[in-house]
Amino acid sequence: MSLLHVSSPHIHGPNSSVESVMKQVLLATIPGVVVMTYFFGPGTLLNILVGGAMALAFEAWALWLRGRDYKTIVRDHSIVVTSTLLCIAIPPYAPWWLLLVGIGISVLLGKHAFGGLGYNPFNPAMVGYVVLLISFPLQMSSWTEPRGIGEVPGFVDAITALFVPGSYDAITAATPLDLFRQNEGMMFSDLMSARPEMMGTIAGVGWDWVNLAFLLGGVWLLRQRVFTWHAPVGMLGALALCAVIGFDDGSSTGGGSMLFHLFSGATMFGAFFIITDPVSSAVSNRGRLIFGALVGLLVYLIRVHGNYPDAVAFGVLIMNFAAPFIDQYTQPTVYGMRQETKE
Amino acid sequence: MRQIHDIHGGIHPPERKELSRPGNVIDGPVPAQLVLPLSQHIGAPASPVVNIGDQVLGGQMIAEAQGPVSVPVHAPSSGTVIAIESRAVPHASGMSDTCIVVELDGQDTWTPTSGITDWRQHNRLELMNCVRQAGIAGLGGAGFPTAIKLASDRDEGIHTLIINGTECEPYISADDTVMQCYAEEIVAGAEILAHIVGAETILLAVEDNKPDAAAAMTAAAQNCEMAEVVTFPTKYPSGGEKQLIEILLNAQVPSGGIPADIGVLCQNPSTAIAVLEAITLGKPLTTRVTTVTGEAVGDPGNRRVMLGTPIKDLLGQAGFDSTAGNRVLHGGPMMGFAVTDLDMPVVKITNCVLAPTAEELPPPQPAQPCIRCGHCAEACPASLLPQQLYWYARAKDHEQLERHNLLDCIECGACAYVCPSHIPLVQYYRSAKSGIKDAQQEKIRSDNSRGRFEARQERLEREATAKEAKRAARKAAAEARAASGEDPVQAAIERAKAKKAEQQEADS
Repeated sequence: MSLLHVSSPHIHGPNSSVESVMKQVLLATIPGVVVMTYFFGPGTLLNILVGGAMALAFEAWALWLRGRDYKTIVRDHSIVVTSTLLCIAIPPYAPWWLLLVGIGISVLLGKHAFGGLGYNPFNPAMVGYVVLLISFPLQMSSWTEPRGIGEVPGFVDAITALFVPGSYDAITAATPLDLFRQNEGMMFSDLMSARPEMMGTIAGVGWDWVNLAFLLGGVWLLRQRVFTWHAPVGMLGALALCAVIGFDDGSSTGGGSMLFHLFSGATMFGAFFIITDPVSSAVSNRGRLIFGALVGLLVYLIRVHGNYPDAVAFGVLIMNFAAPFIDQYTQPTVYGMRQETKE
Repeated sequence: MRQIHDIHGGIHPPERKELSRPGNVIDGPVPAQLVLPLSQHIGAPASPVVNIGDQVLGGQMIAEAQGPVSVPVHAPSSGTVIAIESRAVPHASGMSDTCIVVELDGQDTWTPTSGITDWRQHNRLELMNCVRQAGIAGLGGAGFPTAIKLASDRDEGIHTLIINGTECEPYISADDTVMQCYAEEIVAGAEILAHIVGAETILLAVEDNKPDAAAAMTAAAQNCEMAEVVTFPTKYPSGGEKQLIEILLNAQVPSGGIPADIGVLCQNPSTAIAVLEAITLGKPLTTRVTTVTGEAVGDPGNRRVMLGTPIKDLLGQAGFDSTAGNRVLHGGPMMGFAVTDLDMPVVKITNCVLAPTAEELPPPQPAQPCIRCGHCAEACPASLLPQQLYWYARAKDHEQLERHNLLDCIECGACAYVCPSHIPLVQYYRSAKSGIKDAQQEKIRSDNSRGRFEARQERLEREATAKEAKRAARKAAAEARAASGEDPVQAAIERAKAKKAEQQEADS
């Protein structure tokens, strides 16, 4: 027999691989995507499918350019996760070129320009999203009216909207966060009662369910131990705390209720699917708690005082810059360094 | 009941201890030759006191300790020394080292031994010397000379002796078996150890996956007031000395320190027996109980093996199928290392020889990029950030590695076990540690040569300054003479004349 000379340990934990982690993240998006499809029609689903194909092509191309083994590395599914998250964030019924630009930026600039999986300092999906948001504000702010208000487009409409831009005109409307932004002078309770068909009772028709569905997927990921509770709890906690402090329903400058902030826009999606990206966040548990809390604070500040209706992407990208800095100050206490044992 | 404390991290790998059928000690093989390395412990190798061709008896010292951190080597049976040469020895780096090779005569004739029965009447130095002369090094796996551990000179002394029967490594059941079969001897040995170091408490620590061992130890400890059996939940690596101290005492060994710094001494159960035999019987350490296991052996079990027995003979006795597997491990699957040569011998630290089949221990999967998921940090019993250490190890950033406490890594392998990217993290840490060590030595060397260089520069400067001062003085004198109206040429001629006259006077 030839004796294999390998280093310890010689056994490995069960079923853990980058693929399985990525697969679990993809599975966990299902409830959110299903609810989005119910309220906004099949646009997001189609985005995910077409965007995924584009992302795989870009990924293989980038790996080939970099002289890597593109046949095996593509299998880690990480690029499908990136494209899926971006496609969930992009409005449904977006034209194909918007997807192409966004995914191209995510894969090439967000990921491979820095060295590929594991080396990207910024969340690739959010890099793509922010580039689109700044470059194509019109297309990026056209959300369809949710079911119950307007007619939900069908699959044929979705395909038409995607491949023949301009030929299908989805009935778009301002999202609850847009309304909130546009009615700064209005008291929050007045806004809620003035536009009940859009604002619903908590955080906007449809959006509360979408957020609940992403929360469900996120909690499942937590239970599967794909990530720890620190970053999501940090973000949601900070956002809720800011909302409680800033909620002043008696005056026109009130910042919206806590439930409104927690269950509208990309809050839950961001808390469980975006800021939990381990590569670009802080590394220690305490660091991730701080990282999440600061994202939550930024989301609140930008939503209430900034120029954009939602802010998860900006919050995450800004905090990606700060992650190494957080790491410097949040090293856990190593065994044998406890104060009382130091003498 | 003693309060048990939890440690950070840890993992639960499949235990697979039943495979080696704990609870029975089988006699090991009698090989044709024993290969006895001079260095079976941490510290200076022993120095041979026999020559090729010498007849040796069982129990006879064949190599003596060299320096304080060293232990002698004894012949486990009678025979002839046929070689003193370099052979492959068990070591993580697969190296060779000097060994004394004894061809056995099969008579097993022993040199007479005598022990001390009234050990309580002897002082600790005498007893420690017995332990040292018996060649005892820790049998748990690290192989640190036991006498040195006993010789702690801490002012406050040692208050607690822990007999570490945790045995958290999967597959291994040697300690379990020893505890089941020799519980009374362990307690008796522990009493001697406690007497030597002045400990007031003996904790017999057993993980809760070994109920039979815990029961045997509890029965044995009944007659010993200071001893207490403590069981605690099974988790890897609870058996790490530092981890066990935290579990039992809720205290941490200071970073870079040893248990004695906080008044604790840890010993393996088999070491306690070896100490008992060394003192009461005068018998040196020449055998040990080793687990032979894995699905590639037909008759797994715990065997009493003569030190120096080639692993090949041991596996042969256990019905090893050499076509079934791709490696043989010295030690367990978490911290053991792959044997590079089956001729290498069983030594004092060999607690297990594991021969798995290829299905049982498949070859490692190719490593994927680190995605910083942080599972490793959750598993790390030392609360390190393995993912960060990995990046810094790759970048050879020694400053950051030390800032992130790489040197507190115990190389347990929990991080690599949980890594979804299958990165051989421990390998990176080992190599980074030795890189840091090399760099430190390099720094000492370069500091020395810089010192030498600076001293030389200083000397040259001093000499140049002195020369310059002399020249300036001469110049000043000449100028003074010139100023006083003396003709320098005339003066030189006269000086020459005077010198010549002097010489002529001397010649005549």
